[in-house]
Amino acid sequence: MTDTTALHYTEEHEWIAVDGDVATIGITDYAADKLGDVVYVDLPAAGTTVTEGTVVGEIESTKSVGELFAPVNGEVVEANQAVVDAPELVNSDPFGEGWLIKVATSSLPTFLTHDEYRALVGE
Amino acid sequence: MTNEPGTASPEASADVSERRSPLDAVHRAAGASFTDFAGWQMPVRYSSDLAEHRAVRSSAGLFDLSHMGEIVLIGPGAAAALDHALAGRLSAIEIGQAKYSLLLADDGGIIDDLVVYRTGDDRFMVVANASNAAVVAEELRARAAGFDTIVSDESDDIALIAIQGPDARSVLLETPGFGVDGPGNDEADFDAKLDALKYYRAFPATFEGEPVLVARTGYTGEDGFELYLAPERAARLWEALAETGGPRVTPCGLASRDTLRLEAGMPLYGHELSRDILPVQAGLGRVVALAKPDAFVGREAIEQGPAADAPVLVGLAAEGRRAARADYEVFDGADASAARVGVVTSGALSPTLGHPIAMAFVAPDAAEPGRELYVDVRGTRVAASVVALPFYKRTA
Repeated sequence: MTDTTALHYTEEHEWIAVDGDVATIGITDYAADKLGDVVYVDLPAAGTTVTEGTVVGEIESTKSVGELFAPVNGEVVEANQAVVDAPELVNSDPFGEGWLIKVATSSLPTFLTHDEYRALVGE
Repeated sequence: MTNEPGTASPEASADVSERRSPLDAVHRAAGASFTDFAGWQMPVRYSSDLAEHRAVRSSAGLFDLSHMGEIVLIGPGAAAALDHALAGRLSAIEIGQAKYSLLLADDGGIIDDLVVYRTGDDRFMVVANASNAAVVAEELRARAAGFDTIVSDESDDIALIAIQGPDARSVLLETPGFGVDGPGNDEADFDAKLDALKYYRAFPATFEGEPVLVARTGYTGEDGFELYLAPERAARLWEALAETGGPRVTPCGLASRDTLRLEAGMPLYGHELSRDILPVQAGLGRVVALAKPDAFVGREAIEQGPAADAPVLVGLAAEGRRAARADYEVFDGADASAARVGVVTSGALSPTLGHPIAMAFVAPDAAEPGRELYVDVRGTRVAASVVALPFYKRTA
C-alpha cells in the first residue's frame, strides 16, 4: 500500500514519487475515477527526453482521452509495460501497479503537497 | 493529466447544477459518480463503465432517466396536432403503441428526436431529450394552437426507470407489487400482459397500487423496458427491481448508456442529430411520413431534400485500441495531402466488439460500405472502414 501522503502532486492530477534522481509518475485515484475505465495508454519509450509541462502520453477511457504531461525535465528510464498490457491497472491501483513512467531528473519543480492536492479536488 | 474539451474532465464534476433526480439519494448511497447533464446531476457510473456495459449485454442494467422530458397532449385534436407538429404519422398508431419520431424546424433541421406513446384515444405522451425538453414543450404548444388539445409539460411529475438486457423481462416478472390497471389488479394479469407485450408497445399498470406505464422500449440495443411513474414512487421501484434481480441487475450510469447506444447505432441528439442535419442525412428518412396528407412543419424542406453533396451518416470500424472521438476529422487517405471528407460524431473502443467504432458524417461519395477512410486521431491517421449500422445487433 503506497503512502499517498508522502507523494508529490500536480494540478494536472499526476503524482510523483521521488527516489534519488528518479521520479516515478502516475495519475491520481481522483483522475482515474473521473476518467472511468482506462482501456488504452500510450507512454513514451525509455530514452525519450521529456520537458516539463509538455504532453508525453495519453490515457484513454471508454468515454474520453486524457493527456499525460511530463511533470519534470529529464529522460524516461522506464515505461510501465504492465499498464500498457493491462490498462485497467490505472483504475485498480493508480498509486501502485498502475504507475506510468520513471524519469531520471536532476531538478524538481515545486509540487503540491498531499493536503494541497486534496484541497484542490475538494476532498 | 488533463482532458480534452468536451469530455468529462475532472474539473467539470463540481456540483453546479440545481436539478436532482428523485433517485438522487439512492444513487449517492450506491456510490455513484455524477455528471452535469443538461442542468441535471445524473449518475455517470456506479463502479465501472465496462462492467455496467457488459451487464446490459449479458444480464440486465438499471438506468435512471428521470431527466428526460415528458410532454402530454390531451384532447380530441391531439392526434391531428401531432401529425402537424412532428415528422411521423402519429394518428396512425394504436392505443398502447409507441413510435420514434422527429420534431423538425421549418428548414427540415432536427430540433429533437422523440418517442411518442399513444396512451388513449385522445392522449399522447411525447418523451424528449433532457436538453431539449423545454424547447419541445414550447414548440408543441405553439404548433398545437388551433387544434382541440391541451399540451402540458409533465417532466417534473414523471420519473423514468429503464431496465435493459436479456434478463430484464424475467426480473420484471419476478418483482412483486405489479398489477394491471383496473379492477382485479392482479399480478397474474400483469404477468400475462407483460408476456404478450411486443417491442414498442406499452400498457398501463400499477406498482404497489400506484400507476406505472410499462413500455417495451429502450436505447441500448437489448430487450428492455421503460417504466414511467410518479417521482415519489421511483426510489421504491428502483429498490424493488434491484432487490429482486440481485446479481442479475446492475445499476448503470450515462457513460455505459453512451457506449451501448453507439454499438446499437442509435443517434444521439447533439452528436448525430442537430438543427443543421436533415433526417435523411442521418439515415432517418423512413421516420418522415411524406405519405401522410398533412402539412407538417418542415415538409417542404424535406421534399426538396438536402444538397447532393450533403454529408451522410456512416459507421466506421477500425483496428487496434485508439478510438476516434467526436469532432475528429476524416480523410480520404493516409497522407497529409488527402482530402478531408468528413467528421466523427461519436466514437469509442467498443466494449462488446473489442475494436474502435465510430459514427461520422462523410461526403456521399465516400460513404459506401467497405470504403477505407482515415481518421485523424490526435495527429495520427488511423485507418477505418465504412460499415453498415448497427455495429452490434443482439442475436436472440
